[in-house]
Amino acid sequence: MFTGTTPLFQQLATRLADDIVSGTYPEESAVPSATDLAVFFDLNPATASKGVNLLVEQGALYKKRGIGIFVAPGARELLLAQRRDRLRADFVEPLVREARLLGLRPAEIERLVRDTLAKEPS
Amino acid sequence: MTDHLVLDGVTRRFGSHTALDDVSFTLAAGSICGLLGRNGAGKTTLLSLIAGQDLPSAGTIHVNGHSPFEHAPTLAGINLVRDNQRYPDDFTVGNVLSIAPRFLPHWDADFAKRLVAGFRVPLNQSVKKFSRGQLSAVAIVLGLASRAPLTLMDEPYLGLDVNARRYFHEALVRDVAEHPRTVILSTHHVEESESLFDRVLIVDSGRILLNADIDEIPEIAFTVSGRDDAIRELTAGLDVLRLHTVPGLASATIRGSADDAFLVRAEAVGARIQGVSVADLVTAFGSESAAEAVAA
Repeated sequence: MFTGTTPLFQQLATRLADDIVSGTYPEESAVPSATDLAVFFDLNPATASKGVNLLVEQGALYKKRGIGIFVAPGARELLLAQRRDRLRADFVEPLVREARLLGLRPAEIERLVRDTLAKEPS
Repeated sequence: MTDHLVLDGVTRRFGSHTALDDVSFTLAAGSICGLLGRNGAGKTTLLSLIAGQDLPSAGTIHVNGHSPFEHAPTLAGINLVRDNQRYPDDFTVGNVLSIAPRFLPHWDADFAKRLVAGFRVPLNQSVKKFSRGQLSAVAIVLGLASRAPLTLMDEPYLGLDVNARRYFHEALVRDVAEHPRTVILSTHHVEESESLFDRVLIVDSGRILLNADIDEIPEIAFTVSGRDDAIRELTAGLDVLRLHTVPGLASATIRGSADDAFLVRAEAVGARIQGVSVADLVTAFGSESAAEAVAA
C-alpha cells in the first residue's frame, strides 16, 4: 500500500492528514484505531501508532481515553497552514528548477503562472 | 522495552562449513522482526539456535536472560514453526490442533479454529496430502495460535496464494496488537512483507549485514543511476554495495546518505538519485560486491 523512501509512519500520517483536509474525517469525528489502520494498510502496529501519535503531537488528533481517537477542533485549518508553509519547497521550487532546465527565462515562468491562474476558475 | 533476545558472538559450524559467523544482536520485546536474506544465508540455523533446538559452536544466546537450550521454563515461551514442519503419519489438522496445547502453553484453541476456517484448511484430511500452500497455512495457525511470547516463523509464505497471504497479515497484525509478543519472521519474499516489520535483520553468508529499525532504512543507503561512465566517476571512493550495469547504463546502491555536494555533482551529470526499499537493501547486501566489501 505504501511505498517509497519516507518512513512508513510519516506516510500514514500524511494520508490521515489528507483525509482530514479533504473532509473525509470532519472535526470531532472518530478516526480508525491504530490497530485497524495497521490491519487495513498492512502495517506494523507500532508503526501505525507512531503515525497516529505524530498527528496527536501536532494537535490535529486527540485521544479520548478508552473511547478512541478524534479529529481536533481546528485540525483542518492547522493542517492547511502547514501545507501553506511547505508550498514553496514542495511545489514552487521544483517548478522553477524544471523551468530553468527547459531553458525558460524568469519572465516566461511568471507568464506561465499568470496564464494558469487566469484559466483556472477560482 | 527490555532486551528480550540477546545473541553475542554466535557461530555455528557444520564440519568445515560455517553456517553462522560471529552473530551478535539484541531484540526488544514486542517487535515484529523480519529476518531477511537469500536462500542458504543462515536464517534457519539462526532460528533453530534461538529456539534452543541446537547449540552454537561458539558464543551465547539469551532469551529473557536464560540460555534456551534444555531450559524448560524458557523453552515454554518459544515456538519455532519450520517451513518443513513434520507431522506424524496420517495426522489431520484436527489432530494437530488437539495435540498443540500439550507443547504450547499459551495456545488459544478458539483462535486456532478461526484461523483454520479463515485459511479454508480442511480439518479431516491427512496433512500428508496437503499442498505446499496448505502446509504453510497449518504452520501459520501453529505459529499465531501459540501466542508464544517469542514466536519464530521460518518462511511462512511458501506456496501461499494472494488471499491467504492477505489473511495471514491481517490476523498477525491484529493479534499482535491485541496480544503483544515478539515475532521473528524469516523470508526471502521481502516485498510482500516489509511493511509489517518494525526491525529488519539482513543475513548473508552467515553474517548479519544489517540490523536496523524500519524508520532508519531511508538513511542507510540510496541509489544513483545514469550513464555508466558518469556513475563510475560519481561513485569512485564511495561504499558501493551493488553496481548494476547494462552497456551505457549503470545503477549503484551506495551506503549512507547523499550529501549536498554529491547532489550537485549528480545533477551536473544528469544522474538520478532514489531512495531504497528493504527489498533493494536485501538485494544489495546479498550481491557479490557487498560480500567482498564485508570480507575486505
